[in-house]
Amino acid sequence: MPILFVNAQRVDIPASFPGDTPLLWILRDQLQLTGTKYGCGMALCGACTVHLEGRPIRSCQTPLSTLKQGATITTIEGLTSKEARAVQAAWEKLDVPQCGYCQSGQIMSATALLATKKRPTDADIDDAMQGNICRCATYVRIRAAIKEAARSLG
Amino acid sequence: MKVIARHDPRRRELLKAAAVVTLCAGTGLTLGVSIPEAAAQAPAASPNPDPKAFVRIGGDNTVTVIAKHVEMGQGAYTGLATLVAEELDAAWTQVRVEGAPVDVTLYNNLFWGKAQGTGGSSAIANSWTQLRTAGAAARAMLVAAAAKRWNVSPSAITVRNGVVSSGGKSATFGELADSAAREAVPTAVSLKDPAAYVLIGKAAPRKDARAKSNGTAQFTLDVQFPDMLTALVAHPPKFGARVKRFDADAVSAMPGVRYVVEIPSGVAVLATGFWAAKKARDALKIEWDESTAFNASSADILAEYKSLAAKPGKVVRNDGDAAKALSASAKTLEAAYEFPFLAHAAMEPLDCVIKLSRDRCEVWNGEQFQTPDQAAIARVLELPPEQVKINMLFAGGSFGRRANPASDYLIEAAAIAKAIARSGERYDVPIKLVWTREDDMKGGYYRPAYYHRLRAGLDGAGTLAALEHRIVGQSILTETPFAMMVKDDIDPTSTEGASLLPYAIPNLYIDLHTPKVGVPVQWWRSVGSTHNAYSTETFIDEIAVAVGKDPFEYRRALLAKHPRSLAVLELAAKEAGWGKPLAPGKAGEKRGRGIAVHESFKTKVAQVVEVTVKGKEFTVDRVVCAVDCGVAVNPDNVRAQMEGGIGYGLSAALYGRITIKDGAVEQSNFHDYPVLRINQMPKIDVHIVPSREAPTGVGEPATPVIAPALANALAAATGQRLRVLPLQLA
Repeated sequence: MPILFVNAQRVDIPASFPGDTPLLWILRDQLQLTGTKYGCGMALCGACTVHLEGRPIRSCQTPLSTLKQGATITTIEGLTSKEARAVQAAWEKLDVPQCGYCQSGQIMSATALLATKKRPTDADIDDAMQGNICRCATYVRIRAAIKEAARSLG
Repeated sequence: MKVIARHDPRRRELLKAAAVVTLCAGTGLTLGVSIPEAAAQAPAASPNPDPKAFVRIGGDNTVTVIAKHVEMGQGAYTGLATLVAEELDAAWTQVRVEGAPVDVTLYNNLFWGKAQGTGGSSAIANSWTQLRTAGAAARAMLVAAAAKRWNVSPSAITVRNGVVSSGGKSATFGELADSAAREAVPTAVSLKDPAAYVLIGKAAPRKDARAKSNGTAQFTLDVQFPDMLTALVAHPPKFGARVKRFDADAVSAMPGVRYVVEIPSGVAVLATGFWAAKKARDALKIEWDESTAFNASSADILAEYKSLAAKPGKVVRNDGDAAKALSASAKTLEAAYEFPFLAHAAMEPLDCVIKLSRDRCEVWNGEQFQTPDQAAIARVLELPPEQVKINMLFAGGSFGRRANPASDYLIEAAAIAKAIARSGERYDVPIKLVWTREDDMKGGYYRPAYYHRLRAGLDGAGTLAALEHRIVGQSILTETPFAMMVKDDIDPTSTEGASLLPYAIPNLYIDLHTPKVGVPVQWWRSVGSTHNAYSTETFIDEIAVAVGKDPFEYRRALLAKHPRSLAVLELAAKEAGWGKPLAPGKAGEKRGRGIAVHESFKTKVAQVVEVTVKGKEFTVDRVVCAVDCGVAVNPDNVRAQMEGGIGYGLSAALYGRITIKDGAVEQSNFHDYPVLRINQMPKIDVHIVPSREAPTGVGEPATPVIAPALANALAAATGQRLRVLPLQLA
């Protein structure tokens, strides 16, 4: 029986559950964690980004069968790190979201970036964030908010 | 599983194959989604807006503004609440926003007559007086209640930042809410002098920023109900094709599948979740009847448009005598432009939730077009329209797509619910219809393809004596509920942005061909201006350069009678340092600067773009944008909409192209329909013209300006005039 830890909660999955189910749909349809969004289903847009063992992954292209027993997953609902709080505060301070649909994925990518780079350069931001599409094109503010979050973390 | 087909007599009930994830006890992970209650029942319409329709003051001291326009990113919820809160003198922190129910007598778009809906960058513009009046009326009722309670004259009472006070007495709105509700609605109120504004034109943070930063914002895709089924639909590969027959055998044993249903738009699979529905949908074997399908290709369409462009069309505008002036001109210039179909490609693919009961229906949707959608759903379900309740949720973008003239995805959901109800008297099943990204991109309703031909006649001094402009492209409005807007076979959405060209040209002739093509089309952020701004603003630039004039100065001279357009042009040029040399590029790089100005939805926007070109590649480095939208109700949101509108227009300018091959759409997802990413986003500086004019929209007007400004910058850098979209250097 596969076991996952989602937002520090243990989730037991019946052995009969289809192993090809992408993590995204387990989160959304089975666990009602709807903050993680469906955008493309092909790992092209980043709306489904969550953390697997602390690193950003595209949950729409992560079938259950590829997850290790006891894998640790964090979604937007489970963010608690100081980087995450700084990112969310900066997002609010700069009024980053417009339609908001992609922003959970943006924040998951930005949080993972700040966990590894304390002072990301523009090139670091481009590398970490270019997998996350925003059709409202809030990119100017995403960039500014990541820098603002980095500053606030000292 | 149950198969429901119109032609297939087989109807089979299969055992339910459950697919369930068990959670261990006490995980606390099952998060109930609460759908906001519809706004309190509002009284009948009156000539003056009844404040109760737009604002509710709770005993808990919350001020709830009821928004009649959808929040799809453009900031409508925040802006509408600002108008109410300003005149109410509410504290911004006590203000909340909820979506209005469908009620055209209370919530019609004042620019649309008897229709409730959002579009045409009109949310703030049509609500400007209505919602300030509602706020002022509610304030007067609070004051009247306080005056009675304290036995003082209303004139002795002040209201500031959510507190009502007089002398040493004070009360919160919440404390006065009950008694204020019993006061008569004032027949006349006076509105503030702009000098007294504390929110309008100042900082009022977005009301949805927190929920959209922590995953709690509710989109249609997030709606959950017990026993809800997810529906995916197999659509025909070509527009206009129908189901001939289908075989559901391959999917009958798939876990989670509950129904397979034939509907007019294809075959729907309903399952316990998205993944089960998708696997089954993809496994369906369907034979399509393509006898009525559209079978042509983009190249055929373009060829037809080019041949039409050789002939005169319906006359849109005819000042002076352009033909005569052209033949008398010292110099003539000619250019033709090609614009492809464009998909909206909002981040949230099309979706809606529907629950059909015996005598009524409830819908949850990022709802942009209440009145036409309610009527269309009611027609399918054979219900009176008032029995169709629509809950307006956040839309994960739209850019026009959710205001579908045929209510396409909503009537599809209604057809599914009806088929299930009819087949086995199964009512009250909540059904979530989800289109995959591929369904969304291939599903039609594109910005139409267009072909333009322009000719200019110049006198010996380089003055623009005559302009002839021929537009060829499908009508958006014909054969829709809005067909009455088409007058004399001229669809104003085809010609807007060209028909009111502000330049002083003594001989101006515009005509239009409206071919019928079997590709469904629709408005796309800034609509006709997407192609009309490009063709006119790149052509005027080309003319200026051809006669040895500076493109900015040449435009200036032609805008004397349009001071607001002139002012944004001058502001953008000044802030961009127009006329000063650009910093040179690295070895092998060329740099260029381009300018464009355009008015759409009464808002004037000018942009200056700086590019760096290396070989066939280029980067967009910086955009300076000036905007005159009247009073900027929320200046930071105006900036955000300019930034976003530029980014959206840039996606189309760089990549946007839907092509059709033998009737089938060739693109499917973001790999073959690329869009702008963060590393391609230019620096953007926005400058707002101070104004006391009534506000005009900001959601769309930045979008049409970026492509021509960029093309003009590329021409300045390389000499190449690009006339085919998306832009590609030779």
